[in-house]
Amino acid sequence: MTHTTVHRLTEFAVGLLFGLGLLLSGMTDPGKVLGFLDLAGAWDPSLALVMGGAIVVGFFAFGSAKKRTTSFLGGALHLPTARDIDKRLIIGGLLFGAGWGLAGFCPGPGIVTMAAGEPKAAVFVIAMIAGMLVFQFTDRKPKS
Amino acid sequence: MTIDWAHFTPWMSLGGGILLGIASAVFILINGRILGISGILGGLLAPKTGDVGWRIAFVLGMLAAPITLSLLTPDDFLSAPRIEASYVLIVIAGLLVGYGTRLGSGCTSGHGVCGLSRLSPRSMVATGIFMAAGFAVVFLIRHLL
Repeated sequence: MTHTTVHRLTEFAVGLLFGLGLLLSGMTDPGKVLGFLDLAGAWDPSLALVMGGAIVVGFFAFGSAKKRTTSFLGGALHLPTARDIDKRLIIGGLLFGAGWGLAGFCPGPGIVTMAAGEPKAAVFVIAMIAGMLVFQFTDRKPKS
Repeated sequence: MTIDWAHFTPWMSLGGGILLGIASAVFILINGRILGISGILGGLLAPKTGDVGWRIAFVLGMLAAPITLSLLTPDDFLSAPRIEASYVLIVIAGLLVGYGTRLGSGCTSGHGVCGLSRLSPRSMVATGIFMAAGFAVVFLIRHLL
């Protein structure tokens, strides 16, 4: 197998694993997401466990990634370098959170639920891509 | 506060969350990439040479997840998703999520999982804000309107 093939296969496998995690965790059920976001109603704490489980594993992985300069496959380690907490981060977070609360979908679960054959998830993904394109074509700050 | 015990799935959610963590761990350590869905998609919409293949491979893997799970588990293993929002709301939500995640450079996976795992102050702020906005909008819709 060529080096590129190994890359593509591992990336596919990671996408598959991530999708399975979203399905099993309940993130692909908007009713469950909204149940978590509804603190004043009948609260479903499940999503706190999703985040907790993911972050505990991630904490050790990123801790060891920070000490490396290359990935196990030998390529560059693309760790984020942005540190500024600016208006873009805050307004972006507000808009994203509002959209998340409206329908109960964030990007990953939208895509996986679309693949499971839900028409509403497909409409969500199309609108989300449209929103990304609107950003791309109206953004004045040059991309870093 | 009352707990919705009927829908609470502690073990499945913890297990699923651990899978999300393992996927993020493998992606950074083996492939050297941050597992952030909005960033991966956004990069596909503004493709650069040599920066497309990994994104497509990852997205194809995600798309294969539902059929894979249905082959591995009995029928009705997962309950069907409950999608209450109307199509109009879904479209507004999608536009907000798409625009907001690009402006804020991340979503639940990139900021929420990877960013918090890295102890990034920027991602902690982003996650706090989008969670707060989600809580506020659900409160507004379910309890005030």
